[in-house]
Amino acid sequence: MIKSFKKNIKGILIEGLTLSSALIIIAIVVVMFTVILIGGKDQITWEFLTSFPEDGMTKGGIFPAIYGTALLVIIMSVAAVPFGTITAIYLTEYAKENSVIAKTIRFAVRTLAVIPSIIYGLFGLGFFIKFVGTQMDNAFLGGQLKWGQPNILWASLTMALLTLPVVIVSVEEALKTVPKDLRAASLALGATKWQTIWKVVIPGSISGIMTGTILAVSRAAGEVAPILFTGVAYYLATLPGSLSDQFMVLGYHIYVMSTQSANVDQTMPIQFGTTLVLLMLTFILNFTAIILRYRIRKKKTD
Amino acid sequence: MTFEKIHTENMVLHYGSKMALNNISIKIPENKVTAFIGPSGCGKSTFLRSLNRMNDLIDGVKIEGKILIDGVNIYDNNIDVVTLRKKVGMVFQKSNPFAKSIYENVAYGPRINGVKDKNQLDEIVESALKNAAIWEEVKDRLGDSAMGLSGGQQQRLCIARTLAVNPEIVLMDEPASALDPLSTSKIEELIVQLKEKYTIVIVTHNMQQAARISDLTAFFYLGELIEFDKTKKIFTNPEKKQTEDYITGRFG
Repeated sequence: MIKSFKKNIKGILIEGLTLSSALIIIAIVVVMFTVILIGGKDQITWEFLTSFPEDGMTKGGIFPAIYGTALLVIIMSVAAVPFGTITAIYLTEYAKENSVIAKTIRFAVRTLAVIPSIIYGLFGLGFFIKFVGTQMDNAFLGGQLKWGQPNILWASLTMALLTLPVVIVSVEEALKTVPKDLRAASLALGATKWQTIWKVVIPGSISGIMTGTILAVSRAAGEVAPILFTGVAYYLATLPGSLSDQFMVLGYHIYVMSTQSANVDQTMPIQFGTTLVLLMLTFILNFTAIILRYRIRKKKTD
Repeated sequence: MTFEKIHTENMVLHYGSKMALNNISIKIPENKVTAFIGPSGCGKSTFLRSLNRMNDLIDGVKIEGKILIDGVNIYDNNIDVVTLRKKVGMVFQKSNPFAKSIYENVAYGPRINGVKDKNQLDEIVESALKNAAIWEEVKDRLGDSAMGLSGGQQQRLCIARTLAVNPEIVLMDEPASALDPLSTSKIEELIVQLKEKYTIVIVTHNMQQAARISDLTAFFYLGELIEFDKTKKIFTNPEKKQTEDYITGRFG
């Protein structure tokens, strides 16, 4: 059989087309990195990382933004990780696989995962600030405004809602890798269900819980929309010292520098530097999560 | 006949709509080894798992009739399953040590029972490991991971872990089926020793094993208890033709 020339050409064309679209992806990543790396590499100094912005944010460092980002993800983790883990435990250990309640929870988790992040911001503003915060002020401070305005606590809790699906799905996956045999062994020794979960299932899936946490943190570190109305600030001369303070964040700082600055061209190096710091941060976090997840998968197949 | 430790009367078990055990009545004596034999799917393992209510974990299992242990119906509403399982321990087919140290595996049961005193735990661990005939092999490396032990050692460790809770009955679900002949014979020797202190009920696929170690043998077939008698009698002069066909290898 001789291949028809026409068919042959068609095959080559299709392969070429698919290959080139794949190459474009690689090119985008390479260009993005190169530009950011070249623009930002000289900016990253100890001074830049540890000092405050100066001269109307046209000079100086980004320490408050780094500090605020760290604080945000810590408070967020403290809220999201236990809550997400407990939900995952309910789904894998207590709920029957196809029960209405389990299906409803899974549907809710999937829905949470696809809600646009700005809507979380609006929800946080409406629920945490206008409702919970205002109620707290009325109840404890006689209506004096303290909690009924944007702050790091409400921003972190809003962010926690956004990252919950990530935590739940990762922890669930990890809990499922603990063999049924081990649960049976524990129960047969007279352990209660909760003792079995606490002493056998959770220790056996701790790396999955960590993976979930890191993925959530990396997601939160890069998100801006949920905290836009709930606590992030344009510029602060002091670091947040209480949960009711506002804070600065890397992602928002980039936006401010590139659109709100008095002199956008002059702040270009700061923009590059901040972008590079944020990018490195999320990369390191994701990379750690990938390694952990790989180890869990390997354990599963062993 | 000695004291009847386990006594079931007209016990029926359904998996959903399928009947898995039909009308099982049996009296299992104390401090003896009782073997359950029969072809795969005959219900012997299911019956074993009913004796410490491990079947509770499976959706759709329904049990009727009576299962009495020391004269108490273990399926009564006021029975605490956790207490029951401390009294009726279980060793599984596949060894399933926790990913903890040898010591912590054995100490797991006592710890969840609230034993905190280090000296007391040490004593319990040592005596359980000795009773499970594995002490000499592991006494110098109690802190090592249990996952590093051989399959046979892991299974004896699992037996030690069960004994550490101080049960009265030990249920064994084909405990040696995944082991090499040498490990199997060690487990068999151990089972014979254990009957001095415990009532042993063992499910086995291996008829020579049942003949070697058990005092009584029950033959199950298609969810029914066909025959239950002294092991010697079952293997030399069974009453029922089905039993004879099975032990002579004509089916199953």
